[in-house]
Amino acid sequence: MPNVVVLDYGSGNLRSAERAVARTGADVTVTSDLALAAEADGLVVPGVGAYAACMAGIDEIQAGPMIAARVAAGRPVLGICVGMQILFDSGVEHGVETKGLGLLPGVVSKLAARRIPHMGWNTVDVADGSVLLDGLAPDARFYFVHSYGASDLDVLKEAGAKVTTASHDEPFAAVVEHGALSAAQFHPEKSADAGYGLLRNWVAGL
Amino acid sequence: MVKGVNFVDLRDAGDPVELAAAYDAAGADELTFLDVTASSAGRGTMLDVVRRTAESVFIPLTVGGGVRSVDDVDVLLRAGADKVGVNTAAIARPELISEIAQRFGNQVLVLSLDVRRAAGQPSGWEVTTHGGRRSAGLDAIEWARTVAALGAGEILLNSMDADGTKAGFDLDLIAAVRAVVDIPVIASGGAGKVSHFAPAVASGADAVLAASVFHFGDLTIGEVKESLREAGNPVR
Repeated sequence: MPNVVVLDYGSGNLRSAERAVARTGADVTVTSDLALAAEADGLVVPGVGAYAACMAGIDEIQAGPMIAARVAAGRPVLGICVGMQILFDSGVEHGVETKGLGLLPGVVSKLAARRIPHMGWNTVDVADGSVLLDGLAPDARFYFVHSYGASDLDVLKEAGAKVTTASHDEPFAAVVEHGALSAAQFHPEKSADAGYGLLRNWVAGL
Repeated sequence: MVKGVNFVDLRDAGDPVELAAAYDAAGADELTFLDVTASSAGRGTMLDVVRRTAESVFIPLTVGGGVRSVDDVDVLLRAGADKVGVNTAAIARPELISEIAQRFGNQVLVLSLDVRRAAGQPSGWEVTTHGGRRSAGLDAIEWARTVAALGAGEILLNSMDADGTKAGFDLDLIAAVRAVVDIPVIASGGAGKVSHFAPAVASGADAVLAASVFHFGDLTIGEVKESLREAGNPVR
């Protein structure tokens, strides 16, 4: 069975991610140890809360270069929620722009929607050739809870990423698959069987 | 569409961890634990329940009761809660809302609002504490507006007038709160029949929550979701 590290950089509810990945049969370790994270078959980067706070947490344990090196070497990384958002060039919250890890192109900004946060179960429009959503029902629903998102879909597609979208008044990236890098704006660990399907697909590719 | 299941009294409802797993299997979209006693003796029990539940369910879990500080939130999130319910402490010290939102993001904070009709308030509704037994001396609609502005991510709107009646949700209250906030509103209190849920959504609720009707087997989650679907609502 592949081994997976859930990166602990002081963000949110790691236990849920740990349990959900373990349900796929993978060996899961929650740690801030960069050597373990670098060597794992798969690395999960969770994230809850403010963009700037998450980036500060990543910087504090100096995880940025390790994540970038993994992606460059083709070693799988899965970002979840704000853990997805910080993979982008930058994020703008409350008018303040915070530099991200720059592994995906574009800026994460506030959703142009009537009801914020976008909170609840939503469907997605699956990208052609998506590996993560392979075999899932087209009307499967995933649990979203976020106020910000990556809405510059053309830039992502031009960079060669497979972009699965969801819509909350406007479309935004729900799942991005780009080489070794995968990312989900929703919480697969909180998305019942649909989320389990995504994680199982990801672990199967490790 | 999100539907929650509320655990208001852990003692009478059976083992909460087993119930949570059963509701997850039955198709509940979220789970909410509200420990209304929130005594210091109860806190440790609550944390243990949260830990064990987070290990067995894969849907969002909100935990509330006795949350008084940012550190209390941290403890609950670390035990496995996804969202934290705050009620009385925010009435006493509204800044708590912004403190929690700044540290963990506003999506973590479910502001729980216990409301009853009161002629003395401009809107006709007042905020109550102690399970609806005491007036907080606040206009409920004005307070809803305030908590949204301070950074609450969601409002759990409980009608103390409707609570326990099984006569339906307080639709006027839902509409009045909906009119002043853009954050999601969860309607609670009064569910007794399958037909009660869709009108709450039509009045502006983003989610509907029920407790006793599920605990005591009056209704199933499946039939409630089916009725919402028939009314034209998107349902998981």
